[in-house]
Amino acid sequence: MNRNAMKLTPQGDREIVIERSFDAPRDLVFEAFTKPELVKRWMLGPDGWSMPVCTIDLRAGGRGRYEWRNADRSTGMSLNTVFKEVVVPERIVHTERFDPDWAQGEATVTTLFTEKNGKTTVTIKIVYAAADVRDMVLKSGMDEGMARSYERLDDVLKK
Amino acid sequence: MQSAQHLDATFAALADPTRRAIIARLTQGEASVMELARPFDMSQPAISRHIKVLEQAGLVSRGQEAQRRPCRLETGPLAEATSWLDYQRELFEARFQRLDALLEEMKAERRTTAKRKSTARSRKDVRK
Repeated sequence: MNRNAMKLTPQGDREIVIERSFDAPRDLVFEAFTKPELVKRWMLGPDGWSMPVCTIDLRAGGRGRYEWRNADRSTGMSLNTVFKEVVVPERIVHTERFDPDWAQGEATVTTLFTEKNGKTTVTIKIVYAAADVRDMVLKSGMDEGMARSYERLDDVLKK
Repeated sequence: MQSAQHLDATFAALADPTRRAIIARLTQGEASVMELARPFDMSQPAISRHIKVLEQAGLVSRGQEAQRRPCRLETGPLAEATSWLDYQRELFEARFQRLDALLEEMKAERRTTAKRKSTARSRKDVRK
């Protein structure tokens, strides 16, 4: 099967935009994104991960919960969402927060579904609460060393 | 090159935001469990469990100092999962490939249902 290319683009300092087309009409793609029994089949982690729990109350103010487990069930993660705007089958805006909660706060996610010639393009815009969440983790050694120096400088200046 | 299994362990460890935050903190230098627990609204045992996962993935090692046993970052396994953006890219690619397959199934199902309906309709027409 011919695979559609995915685009993942950082925007500004706290956003990423993901775009991907699917060879299916929009209402099917929308269903696959919003019906728990379908979501459980693809919205997974690395190989071997599963989603034993998925609940979606698809309406403004409704909540969603997604729970993942790895193959030997030694580790897992979950995500709580609140739907802000739901326009079937075009547009979903939701906020999401990982459980257990983490210091960096919640992200706002806008998912758009557009259909053209029987193909559906899904555009997902994720806005993180803070810039460092997006860029967090693992810079090159030099960046890291420099960041550390600047942080120390910050500490010194604060005193 | 790491084995796929090892990479899975790295991703599994990084899939959790608390653990990512712990890693981010450790890029600034080693820290004790107590120091790592401080910014979170979490108990020390809960943080210890996260650290254990990071240790098992080879991302964090513990010092020998009896009481404090400071945690430090092991950068080796991270070299392949170079950045969080790369990680996100990989995660979404894999998800969307699964979604491709699911949509093919859904389309096939819809075609079958449509055919069944039209057959039923023509039978009704015959009866008329």
